[in-house]
Amino acid sequence: MKTTAVLKTIMGTLREELVVAANGRVSREAFTLKDRPQNFYMIGSMGLASSIALGLALARPQRKVVILDGDGNVLMNLGGLPQIGELLPPNLVHIVIDNETYGSTGSQATISRKIPLEKIAQASGYPVVEKVTEEKDFKLTLERCLEKEGPSFLLVKVEAEEGPEGLPRVNHSPVVIRDRFMEAIRRS
Amino acid sequence: MKAEEFLDLLAAAGYNFFTGVPCSIIGDLILLLEKDPRIPYVPAVREDVAVGLAAGAYLGGKTPCVLMQNSGLGQCLNALTSLNLIYKIPSLLIVTWRGYKDKDAPEHLVMGKACTKLMDCIGLPYRELSTKNVAKSIEWSREMTSQRQIPVALFLPRGVLE
Repeated sequence: MKTTAVLKTIMGTLREELVVAANGRVSREAFTLKDRPQNFYMIGSMGLASSIALGLALARPQRKVVILDGDGNVLMNLGGLPQIGELLPPNLVHIVIDNETYGSTGSQATISRKIPLEKIAQASGYPVVEKVTEEKDFKLTLERCLEKEGPSFLLVKVEAEEGPEGLPRVNHSPVVIRDRFMEAIRRS
Repeated sequence: MKAEEFLDLLAAAGYNFFTGVPCSIIGDLILLLEKDPRIPYVPAVREDVAVGLAAGAYLGGKTPCVLMQNSGLGQCLNALTSLNLIYKIPSLLIVTWRGYKDKDAPEHLVMGKACTKLMDCIGLPYRELSTKNVAKSIEWSREMTSQRQIPVALFLPRGVLE
């Protein structure tokens, strides 16, 4: 599976969900495929997408919050998983796009090539844990994770590819990302 | 000041989402928070996770407060500089001041000297709490966070809270 195809399916499936997108390729792909005010592009603070999303999900229990995460991000803040598993916010969907590399810095290996992140999620208390390796299974599994009472964890194994140099960077300033995101929350 | 009184001042100032990592200086305060039905408290696994949780809560409309020991401040530098300060996401950081005036266990002495300078380095406003200025400082933190939309720190040495 290719990262772009996976994110295309995700961005095409989402409706009003709030998205917290991890720094690096994930944010740049989401921005390029479907820029929307409900996307919070985290351009720094690597590792913290899951923590930001958890704080948001607790503050807004009526809104579905989707984390678009990467393996490097998850590994940098593994404590973030039991942090979610202990609180069990039903409105949280944690999608991890796992290419087993630090894609933005030249595809150096991460340890997820040997370490099964879905088992860590399971042990961390997520009631719904799915792992997808085939593109044909992805859309249905994604829809299931979005519909079920969460928190759900969806690990998507993708191919390691060339770095994201060709992808545009998020061209909104951080303050603009914040303002339109908060406005989208207020309006709903 | 009693921990109850301190918490009441924070709640009255509008802080309504608490998270953090304990320190003995604020041990009683956190025990109170755990029991308080008015205000949610999320025990965080690490200080930068607490800063991230608070940032998310702010985006969702809350007024967050993060509790930590100054030993956790270094852990937070990337979150503060590449999240809060650039997106303008405020938080009140209540940072206990171990190693205050060079009197403490060895592991606290270096950070005890450096912690306020670290705040100067990254441009984060702070005040030192004393028995006399708690209410005023909490008021100041609300003004600063709403005007400048960045985090501010209140450093809390031992002895201010009973």
